[in-house]
Amino acid sequence: MAKKLTIDGKEILARDDATIIEAAHEAGIVIPHYCYHPKLSIAGNCRMCLVEIEGRPKLEISCNTRVADDMVVYTQSPRVIEGRRGVLEFLLINHPLDCPICDQAGECGLQDYYMQYGLYHSRFLEAKVHKRKVVDLGPDIVFDAERCILCTRCVRFCQEITKTNELGLFYRGDTVEIDTFPGKRLDNKYAGNTVDICPVGALTSKDFRFKIRVWFLQETKSICPGCARGCNIFIHHHDGRVYRLKPRRNDAVNDTWICDAGRFGYKAINEQRLLHPMQRQGEAWQRVSWAQALAQVSETLQRHAGAVALLVAPQGTNEDCYLLARLAREVLSAPQVVLYPGEPGDEDDLLLRADKNPNTRGAQDMGLPPPVSTAQLASLVAAVEQGQVRVLYAIDVNLQQAFGADTLARLAGHLDCLVFQGANTLPGWEQAHVALPSCTYAERDGTFTNFQGRVQRLNAAFRPRGEALPAWQIYQRLANALGQSWDYPSAEAILADIATRVPAYAGLSYAKIGDLGCLVGTTP
Amino acid sequence: MERLTFWQKLYLPEILRGLAVTTRHFFANLLGQRHTVTQQYPEQPTRVSPRYRGRHRLMRKEDGSPRCTACMLCATACPALCIHIEAAEHEDPTVEKYPAVFTIDELRCVFCGLCVEACPCDAIRMDTGVFALAAYKREHFLYPRNLLLGDEEPRHIAEGRAPLD
Ligand code: SF4
Ligand code: SF4
Ligand code: SF4
Ligand code: SF4
Ligand code: FES
Repeated sequence: MAKKLTIDGKEILARDDATIIEAAHEAGIVIPHYCYHPKLSIAGNCRMCLVEIEGRPKLEISCNTRVADDMVVYTQSPRVIEGRRGVLEFLLINHPLDCPICDQAGECGLQDYYMQYGLYHSRFLEAKVHKRKVVDLGPDIVFDAERCILCTRCVRFCQEITKTNELGLFYRGDTVEIDTFPGKRLDNKYAGNTVDICPVGALTSKDFRFKIRVWFLQETKSICPGCARGCNIFIHHHDGRVYRLKPRRNDAVNDTWICDAGRFGYKAINEQRLLHPMQRQGEAWQRVSWAQALAQVSETLQRHAGAVALLVAPQGTNEDCYLLARLAREVLSAPQVVLYPGEPGDEDDLLLRADKNPNTRGAQDMGLPPPVSTAQLASLVAAVEQGQVRVLYAIDVNLQQAFGADTLARLAGHLDCLVFQGANTLPGWEQAHVALPSCTYAERDGTFTNFQGRVQRLNAAFRPRGEALPAWQIYQRLANALGQSWDYPSAEAILADIATRVPAYAGLSYAKIGDLGCLVGTTP
Repeated sequence: MERLTFWQKLYLPEILRGLAVTTRHFFANLLGQRHTVTQQYPEQPTRVSPRYRGRHRLMRKEDGSPRCTACMLCATACPALCIHIEAAEHEDPTVEKYPAVFTIDELRCVFCGLCVEACPCDAIRMDTGVFALAAYKREHFLYPRNLLLGDEEPRHIAEGRAPLD
């Protein structure tokens, strides 16, 4: 049964157990709030969400009042606005007004609501209470007790989501402060989320602090490539450089969180990039043009037809994997294709998945073989050593991890050509003979299929750095150098092709996948 | 528009009238030197009004450290995008943030004064009265923090080198 109520003159049907703030937000009416968070328990301590309910003498907090039939709620009446102003004035009484040096400025709940509802002149004549500033709470978290409005979102996050209980409230009255319990540090694998949910500048990220003002940042919707979960994220970037990643809400995948490993994964977009096609002559690398590099690769592939192996990490998008599978099937004569996901990592029951690749499932859906473990690479090593494989084309693979430094050097000696393709200079890349730069997930469109079978979209945030190309364009150019005439104009066109050829992906398009992704069945 | 009369269309009488004014001033100044408005710049220093927007300078706190907190409001307000600030963590937690790098590209600046208006702590001013910012190379117009703070005289221009940071 749903409850029928009126908010600001709008008739609304709400869930039976919904609170007024939830019902209002669902109907597109925004009620100012600090302590309420859709994924945390109700605290009801900030009093910012006051609304007027007909027939009740006082203003009530909408985050902790359940809806009822025939309730009539006002969120913008003069009494409510007066109430909010009063609450804001209380919250700001001891506030240091650090905005010029505060990293939150520009995305601060206090600034925003002050401009909307406050706009008073301070009437506070007494001295402000001073508290600790620049407190080191954990490896990436800095705390400012003066800016904190004690909404306890961070405390509840550590209690309810990570269940690690590092944070608590200490002391009383106007000296109350957030702190870690003795001997503890705010160092859980999801600690960065406390910075995101802190509505003010009390918790800031050491990594992001002072790097840039938030109003310079642009935002692009994307997917974290850190593991098979595929958390939905925003890439915050300026001038072709990524400054931070923020979680993007998707209740089917990551709620409103991301892990810290994923959060700092953005550094690979800015640093250690392979930017130009290169050829190795002896020990020295020489920059060459794409035409030269592709001519060399296609010539070797042709010369050693039948003795080619593709070693692929499932880092590429579905579009990449689809063209790679076509390349292997239709253009090269029966190469050995090995899908190598690398060593498994951390896994827990919140977000982290042991498979540290974003698209292991999608790669198989697109026609690449099932993944192999590091031990199973032995047969590939044997094939190279016995001369059955003369060309190894490694794509996004950490070669050092896959083979070990000694074996890798030996393999490179046996091979006629070792091609490395990747966005970053992964360990072991320098053993290759040719290096082809592909672009990172931030510089391209595409889709990943996460471990649940949800296809999700990447969006290009800025142009590729250097001469990097999306991997599918490299495959297309290679195929064309080998006599094909592929002419996909964009990743979107490849997905349209996938939608007609791969049964599980039938009918998919970028528009249909949208911002929150689309579940697909398994390919038979 | 009013039509020109025949007399005006001739132009010549008006030109002669203008020449007469010039000639009158010429002889008045030559003989009496009473109405000269020309300044003998650069032999005599020129006078600018106190509100004249000249080259920027950065102000100091009482303890001598830069007053700027690296809030970037000037850089945000600047229409020419010529202010480059890199903020850093100050060891004193009550200061917290300071500009490790503060460079103004005076060649790109349009001298609008918006940076001065934007600054919440009066850390940047344009009251130096300096307007002659000639140099031989574009790089020499990049004024770093120490020049703006007045730690060093802008001798680099005469010496034909880039300013030292
Ligand atoms: S928390 Fe908000 S209001 Fe307080 S100093 Fe930071 S930006 Fe300003
Ligand atoms: S640190 Fe932030 S999230 Fe935690 S109680 Fe204070 S204001 Fe709320
Ligand atoms: S005077 Fe105008 S153009 Fe020059 S630095 Fe200031 S804001 Fe920028
Ligand atoms: S506005 Fe003032 S305080 Fe802020 S960065 Fe510019 S000079 Fe410094
Ligand atoms: S949001 Fe309702 S009391 Fe804080």
